[in-house]
Amino acid sequence: MAGQPIRKPTRLEPWQDAGQTPYVRIEKVTKTFGDFVAVDEVSLSIYRNEFFALLGGSGSGKTTLLRMLAGFEQPTEGKIFIDGVDMAGIPPYERPVNMMFQSYALFPHMTVEQNVAFGLKQDGVAKAEIRDRVAEMLGMVQLSAFGKRRPHQLSGGQRQRVALARSLVKRPKLLLLDEPLGALDKKLRERTQFELVNIQEKLGVTFIVVTHDQEEAMTMSSRIAVMNHGVIAQVGTPTEIYEYPHTRFVAEFIGSINMFDGRVVSTEGDQVIVASEDAGCELLIAHATPAPAGSPVSVAIRPEKIALSKDPVADGDGRNRTTGIVREIAYLGDVSIYLVQLPTGKTVRVTAPNVTRRTEMPITWEDEVTLTWRPFAGVVLTQ
Amino acid sequence: MRTVVSVLVSGLSRIGLWGRGVVVAVPYLWLMLFFLVPFLIVFGISFSESIIAQPPYSSLVEWLTDEDAGTSKLQILLNISNYFRLGGDDLYILAYLNSLKIAAVTTLLCLAIGYPMAYAIAKADPARRGPLMMLVILPFWTSFLIRIYAWIGILKGNGVISNLLEWAGITSGPVEILYSDWAVYIGMTYCYLPFMVLPLYSTLEKMDPSLLEAAADLGSRPFRSFLQITLPLSLPGIVAGSLLVFIPAVGEFVTPELLGGPDTLMIGRVLWNEFFANRDWPVASAVAIALLLVLVVPIMIFQHVQGKQAEAGR
Ligand SMILES: Nc1ncnc2c1ncn2[C@@H]1O[C@H](COP(=O)(O)OP(=O)(O)O)[C@@H](O)[C@H]1O
Ligand SMILES: [Mg+2]
Repeated sequence: MAGQPIRKPTRLEPWQDAGQTPYVRIEKVTKTFGDFVAVDEVSLSIYRNEFFALLGGSGSGKTTLLRMLAGFEQPTEGKIFIDGVDMAGIPPYERPVNMMFQSYALFPHMTVEQNVAFGLKQDGVAKAEIRDRVAEMLGMVQLSAFGKRRPHQLSGGQRQRVALARSLVKRPKLLLLDEPLGALDKKLRERTQFELVNIQEKLGVTFIVVTHDQEEAMTMSSRIAVMNHGVIAQVGTPTEIYEYPHTRFVAEFIGSINMFDGRVVSTEGDQVIVASEDAGCELLIAHATPAPAGSPVSVAIRPEKIALSKDPVADGDGRNRTTGIVREIAYLGDVSIYLVQLPTGKTVRVTAPNVTRRTEMPITWEDEVTLTWRPFAGVVLTQ
Repeated sequence: MRTVVSVLVSGLSRIGLWGRGVVVAVPYLWLMLFFLVPFLIVFGISFSESIIAQPPYSSLVEWLTDEDAGTSKLQILLNISNYFRLGGDDLYILAYLNSLKIAAVTTLLCLAIGYPMAYAIAKADPARRGPLMMLVILPFWTSFLIRIYAWIGILKGNGVISNLLEWAGITSGPVEILYSDWAVYIGMTYCYLPFMVLPLYSTLEKMDPSLLEAAADLGSRPFRSFLQITLPLSLPGIVAGSLLVFIPAVGEFVTPELLGGPDTLMIGRVLWNEFFANRDWPVASAVAIALLLVLVVPIMIFQHVQGKQAEAGR
């Protein structure tokens, strides 16, 4: 399931604007460890005030890419520019970047206040100003009462907020966050997601956040880069990634999706017709990238975009319509998931909101149902 | 025999000392037998008088019977003059001070050499750390005496160092380092270095490397990161290593005896002289007890630091 985007839709979209210069530019960056390619020719442009997510499974190279931005690793090939400056050979302590570590990396021998003050102390900020800024920061993360404690006397959520305060106190232009919410439980995580977005909007910092949680990425970010085996599979807004995945990998990685294999029958403008044995019907897809007739493609349709009905009303041309038998129903409260088996043997996943009470539910196990969807529902994937 | 054992077992279990109790009791019994009892014996001897007899000290407790008066009395004689002699004679005070000085210098030298060593090993490729630590411990596999004799060969006039310096043209003629305080420092630093490296290595190796990255990320240069992060976090290792070197170094006997000059005065040597040359067991015992007191202070500091560390939950 995709989370609900929690940022306002009125945001600027600098990546659409050709006149904007990116704040961070990653150019064909490759990182190898011995023979192993951890990051493979990655190019990205990230703009001021973006909340940019690097999303990918474990081992896909997200942390490595982030560490190259922070300066802990040097790219094997390629260049990184931050604010127009080539970062090659610039050590971490001279970069205009701060990082929040996956493990938090709080200094165990210092109090919360000393941890937060550390960065300011390195810059030789005056004592009184340090005191004020630390207090202000601790207030923002609601830890004012905990300033004299040591990290080991705090809960996981409190440590996470100390780490955030410590990385924000220097007012960096760019903040890197490596799985910032990984160690938190679900409730706390959702609340902190809102807090992070609020803080980011309030302070006007560019965030690059690494996560393996697609829901988290969808909820918080302005744009997402999906990574797979060190390669960027797709970059786009949460909606673009969810509604228009470019590859099978992206389609399957984000949420759940039904895949129908088939061959292109014809292309008319941006309408593509695909014959699919899997689906047992012809599929009509609007707004698709044209593909030559006869070429093998996959059609991806999200479960919530398929309608379920017990009435076998036959109308139209029979496209985007198939029948099957309900094999499984999972009741999740707000929605139910139906697994419908088609005569072709393919199982289709359909989700439908529970508008009525369960007892009045018209569709039940072993019912024969008709599945329909609209031409805009499907996405044609050529890879 | 069997009945004795069973009576013992039933007796112990009645007072709740069998099973789990035994596991706790055995090490305590061991300590009682081989530490507390000898300590009490030495403590007792330190209050006796030196006599020419076998054993060469008077008994503290005597049962006197006066035949004429027909009375008996229990006489307990505590001779505290042995301790006054320690305070009164410059020899002992100088020996104590000199021992403390030599132990302190040795500890500092071990720290100065051992810290970079432990640091380098802890920062080495994980696959190399094991073999490197092995090399640190390797000298223990040969006899301590043989290693000290080897140093005699290295340090003596016309020894390895002397010849090397002469060959390089830095000196003309043999250089005698042996039989001086310098030789003692070199020998003792060499002997005790592993005791410094081991605890330092274990604290440095445990340190989370992301702490240094976090420090760098917050603008700290490498050397400042070392001072602000690495050094304070390795403090428990520094304290442990220093005590492991300092405590035995104060009472050291063999190294100063073999490498030191006639004027290298150390309390271990004084102790040896009192026992074997003067056969004055009471004074020797008093020297030993006073030495123990000198050492109790650092041991207590050690315990305190360890306790605090355990409390910090690390
Ligand atoms: N210092 C390193 N030496 C060798 N391999 C590494 C090193 N750092 C990361 N890798 C490898 O690179 C790959 C990507 O790692 P990472 O960037 O941490 O992935 P992610 O954060 O996406 O889970 C992993 O397979 C990991 O084993
Ligand atoms: Mg990672």
